[in-house]
Amino acid sequence: MTLQEFNHRYQNLQYRPGAVGWVFKNLLSSPFNILLTFGALYILYLIIPTSLNWLIFDSYWEGESSQDCNFDAACWVFIKARFNTIIYGFYPQEHLWRPNLVLLLLVIGLSFVLIDRFSNKLRLRAGMVMLFAFPFVAFAILHGSLFGVEIFDPIVRTEQWGGLVLTLVLSLGGIVLCFPLGILLALGRQCKTMPVVKYVCIWFIEFWRGVPLITVLFMAAVMLPLLLPEGTEFDKLSRALIGIVLFEAAYIAEVVRGGLQALPKGQYEAADSLNFSYWKQTNLIILPQALKLVIPGIVNTFIALLKDTSLVSIVGMWDLLNSAIGSTRDPNWIGYIIEAYVFAGALYWLLCFSASKYSQRLEKKLSTER
Amino acid sequence: MKENNDKIIKIEGLNKWYGDFHVLKDINFDVSSKEKIVICGPSGSGKSTLIRCINYLESHQQGKIEVNGTILSENPHAIQEVRKEVGMVFQQFNLFPHLTILQNLTLAPTWVQHSSKAEAEERAMYFLERVHIPEQADKYPGQLSGGQQQRVAIARSLCMKPKVMLFDEPTSALDPEMISEVLDVMIELAEEGMTMLVVTHEMGFARKVADCVVFMDGGEIVERNEPEEFFNNPQNERTQLFLQQIIQN
Repeated sequence: MTLQEFNHRYQNLQYRPGAVGWVFKNLLSSPFNILLTFGALYILYLIIPTSLNWLIFDSYWEGESSQDCNFDAACWVFIKARFNTIIYGFYPQEHLWRPNLVLLLLVIGLSFVLIDRFSNKLRLRAGMVMLFAFPFVAFAILHGSLFGVEIFDPIVRTEQWGGLVLTLVLSLGGIVLCFPLGILLALGRQCKTMPVVKYVCIWFIEFWRGVPLITVLFMAAVMLPLLLPEGTEFDKLSRALIGIVLFEAAYIAEVVRGGLQALPKGQYEAADSLNFSYWKQTNLIILPQALKLVIPGIVNTFIALLKDTSLVSIVGMWDLLNSAIGSTRDPNWIGYIIEAYVFAGALYWLLCFSASKYSQRLEKKLSTER
Repeated sequence: MKENNDKIIKIEGLNKWYGDFHVLKDINFDVSSKEKIVICGPSGSGKSTLIRCINYLESHQQGKIEVNGTILSENPHAIQEVRKEVGMVFQQFNLFPHLTILQNLTLAPTWVQHSSKAEAEERAMYFLERVHIPEQADKYPGQLSGGQQQRVAIARSLCMKPKVMLFDEPTSALDPEMISEVLDVMIELAEEGMTMLVVTHEMGFARKVADCVVFMDGGEIVERNEPEEFFNNPQNERTQLFLQQIIQN
């Protein structure tokens, strides 16, 4: 067989059906590609087995204390032992049924809203309940009182909330509040007939986009109490939440504005010529299309918001990440910081990835183009 | 007084500028009820701007526009009163892409006129029959051809029961084979006695339907005449030139 013949036969391999053809076409089509393929395989060979050994095969699952672990592999005993702290923070151990009940209600409520098997009417109603009733119910259960009326004993002050629960409170509360505010800001910024509204919105957006979230949180936690009249009771959680909402609303506003600008002028003109008032036109024709266009941007902002809540550790709040890392300062568990980061990271990833997957589904479902 | 009542649209001394550019120059123009007027002219002559002023998609700086007894001004109430009586069909159809055809037709009747859902749907299906596409009711605009979309747009306007219909180059964005299906619908509408203002280059349509053809150039009404006279015996030099160019094509 001559070199030419070999070459010819080799090239023909990529037209084979199935996996063989795929491999020769995509991985081994030229000397350079062969080099890249084997180089990449070698790097994976170096990384994957050691990582898997550390994470899973050599890791420690059994036991109760750090005596049961060595530093040669992941010590999941640590996560097991500090699990409640990471999920619930300093919430009193004997009353954990309260956050658990809230999480259960949240899951049930969200599934009614998000699963498209249910009728639109039911989903809309569930959405209304989740938006307007659930936050109060959740607060009443977690805190133990609502509008000063004691419901559960004991009262658990928001300073004791923490872990995943606090992260969810901050991020879901932030999302629910910043979304409508952001839409209003975007509409205000587009407003042609009322220049005062327009410039207030522009400056509001530019201000909050221009400062780092850490600054906002620090101001909310430390400066705000100094500025408020003495005796005003305003817990740190609400102050941080307000800071997050104002900050993220500015981002949402700019994302939504992109959608508003992407709509052809003809849509506004058609709506005008059919005599729709401004708000009807906005709610029935403009926003449904504009928001659909910017679903990726909105979800992007929500995901960023969820992860940005970890900055509240700066003002001494014990969110998911801070609780996980704080657990490694326990004298019994010093040195297990990698496990803390990996576990917290995995939880964040799970939440964000689900949100991203759901948004892709939503986009596909709402698409009415040919 | 009697003559006044007969005029559904009255335009007196209308002037409009885009910055320094004088788009409409001293337009005086009346439309009687049930009259069909075709407006033609070279591009940039202000013909679209003129009909867009009539339902206040464009505002004018000088002069008076009166539609069905309401004088147009910045007053939102006046604008609403005028838009109640005036339907509009656009070059780019401008259907709402996120709604089905039926929803496109029922949205304004239910939310603006507060008709019941059943009544709005009945009316929508009646007008879809009239534009010959009732079978497309549950599709989305993106699934229809241009000609079908434009017929839906006509039906959508008709659902609001307007007294006047404005057409802004309704066939200019269509493939040639779809133009006639839209023109046929417009001819039927004209035969039923709708008051129509049509900006178009379709001279066949003008000959067949128009009571009056208006020729605009450089923001002015240059000539206004009955179709026969207009096409066979144009008075103005610019009209003659324009008609020559159209015929050459």
